Amino acid sequence: MTERVPVSMTVNGEDVQRFVEPRTTLGDFLRVEMELTGTHLGCEMGVCGACLVLLNGKPIHSCLMLAVAAEGETIETVEGLAESKAIADIQQAFHNRNALQCGFCTPGMLVTAHEILKSEHPLTREEIRDELSGNYCRCTGYEAIVDAIEQVFVARAAGREVEASGQFAETAA
Amino acid sequence: MVTKTKKPLVPRLGSERVKPAPFRYFRANSLAEAFAAYAEAEGDCTYMAGGQSLLPVLSLRLQTPSLVIDISRLEELRGISLANGVLRIGALTRHNEMLHSPEIARYAPLLSKAAPYVAHPAIRNKGTIGGTIAHADPAAEFPGMTLALNAEFEIANSEGRRREPANGFFRGLYETGIAPGEILVAIHVPVFGEHDRCAYHELARRRGDYPLVGCGVRATIRDGVATNGRFAFIAVGAVPQRAFAAEAAIEGQRLDETAIAAAQTALEQDLQPDDDSETTGAMRLHLAKVLLGRLLREIALSPSKAVEAAA
Ligand SMILES: Cc1cc2nc3c(=O)[nH]c(=O)nc-3n(C[C@H](O)[C@H](O)[C@H](O)COP(=O)(O)OP(=O)(O)OC[C@H]3O[C@@H](n4cnc5c(N)ncnc54)[C@H](O)[C@@H]3O)c2cc1C
Ligand code: FES
Ligand code: FES
Repeated sequence: MTERVPVSMTVNGEDVQRFVEPRTTLGDFLRVEMELTGTHLGCEMGVCGACLVLLNGKPIHSCLMLAVAAEGETIETVEGLAESKAIADIQQAFHNRNALQCGFCTPGMLVTAHEILKSEHPLTREEIRDELSGNYCRCTGYEAIVDAIEQVFVARAAGREVEASGQFAETAA
Repeated sequence: MVTKTKKPLVPRLGSERVKPAPFRYFRANSLAEAFAAYAEAEGDCTYMAGGQSLLPVLSLRLQTPSLVIDISRLEELRGISLANGVLRIGALTRHNEMLHSPEIARYAPLLSKAAPYVAHPAIRNKGTIGGTIAHADPAAEFPGMTLALNAEFEIANSEGRRREPANGFFRGLYETGIAPGEILVAIHVPVFGEHDRCAYHELARRRGDYPLVGCGVRATIRDGVATNGRFAFIAVGAVPQRAFAAEAAIEGQRLDETAIAAAQTALEQDLQPDDDSETTGAMRLHLAKVLLGRLLREIALSPSKAVEAAA
C-alpha cells in the first residue's frame, strides 16, 4: 500500500475531490470510487475498448490512465453521455438493430460511435469498421453495430430523430 | 448529476486482481524537477508520458518501479517548429497531432503517412511520439520512420543536452541511445525538398495492430532518376532497420521495373528475419519485398509529395 494522494477532476459535470492510491487507474476510480459502473474493464491493457471515456472531449482508455494523472481534467463517462441525451439517438439505433447481446462492449462502442458521428461527412461502412478497430465485441459480429451507426449518420444528416423500430419497437416505446 | 448505485457493485482493489504494484507518483513541472526526482529514487522509477505502453507494462507487473514520474505536462517537450531547414517535433506531440498537423504533412510527410497505422484512435489521443521512440517497439511505425528521415534526437539529462542521430540509436529490443534517467525532448527532421517523395505501407492482420511487416521509403527523384533512397523496415527483427543494399540498387537509376526488381533482390542482403510464433522469417522477407515493390512504384508515379501534401 502506498499513501493515498488527493486528486480533483470534473466527472460528468460534477467537481469531485478524492484520495486515491497512485496505482489506481481512472477506470477503477470511476467504477469503485465514483460507483459509475457503466465504464467496463475487460483486458485492462488497452486492447478491448470496453473502458473508453471522454477526456476533455476525446475518447481515451480509462484502463491506460492513472486517476492521479487526471488532476484538473474533465471526464465524461457513458452515464454522462446518456443523461445529457448526447447519445440518445445512438442508443435508440443500437436498440432498433439489436446491436448488443451481452452488452459488455456497449459502453465503449457508444463512446466510439459518439466520436465518429462528429465527422462532417457520413463515413462508409469500411471507415466505420476502421474506427471501431479498437473495440472488441465477442457477441454480435459487428454487422449490427455498423448498421446502427450508419442509421444514425443517415438520421442526423436528414435532421431526424432515430425512431423506435424493428422487432423491439414495442418494448422501446 | 452522476448516477449512483446504492452499494458498491465491484470489489475494492485486492491482490487477487491484476493491478499495478503500488508506487508513488510525482508530477514534474520542469525537466530539472524530473531529473531530481529520478536521482532521489536512485533509478527505481520510470517516466510516464502518454502512458499507452507504460500502463500495460505496470498492470502486467512487468515493471514494478517505486515511483512514477509524470512528464506529460512539461511545456518544454511540446510544440512543432521550423528553423534552418529542420522541423523540430516536441516529444509530447501526440500520435493524433502527428496525423493532423499541417506542418508534419508539409515538411515530414512520411510521418503523416505512417500515422494512421499507429494503434487505434483512442490510443492516438494519448500516446506521444517521444514515448513510442523511447519505448522502441521493433514493430512501431514512428521509430522506424526516423531512420528513413535521417532524424536526430534531442536528449536532455541533468548536465545538459545532446543530439544523437537515428541511425544507430535503436540498439536492441526495447533498447535505445537514451541512457537511464535521460529524457527525449524533441525529434529533429530535415525538411522535405521539392523533389523528395515518400510512401508508407504495412501489412497487418487487423487495422491498428502492430504489423507483420511495415516499410517507409523516401527518395529524391529528378527527371525520373532516384537518388538518396532511404528505406526503413519495421517488424523484421529486434530493431527497425535500414535496407542499405536495396537503397544502393536504385541509386542513380530510373525507377523502372528492372531497378525495382534489383532492389527487391538486394533486400535479401539487408533483412534476415527470424521465424516466430506469428509467421516464418521467409514469409516476412517475401512480404517485405512485395511492400518495397509497391512503394517504389508509388513514388515513381506520384508527383512531388511535399507539393501534394501542402495543397
Ligand atoms: C492496444 C495497443 C495497440 C498499440 N498499437 C500500436 C501500433 O500499432 N503502433 C505503434 O507504434 N504503437 C502502438 N501502441 C503503442 C503506443 O503507440 C504508445 O503510445 C507508445 O508506444 C508510447 O507512447 P506514450 O507516450 O504512451 O509513452 P509511455 O507509455 O508513457 O512510455 C513508454 C516508455 O517510454 C518512456 N518514455 C516516454 N516518454 C519519454 C521521454 N520523452 N523521454 C524518455 N523516456 C520516455 C517511459 O519511461 C516508458 O518506459 C499500441 C498500444 C496499445 C495499448
Ligand atoms: S479494459 Fe481498457 S481496453 Fe480493455
Ligand atoms: S455484445 Fe457482448 S461483447 Fe459486444
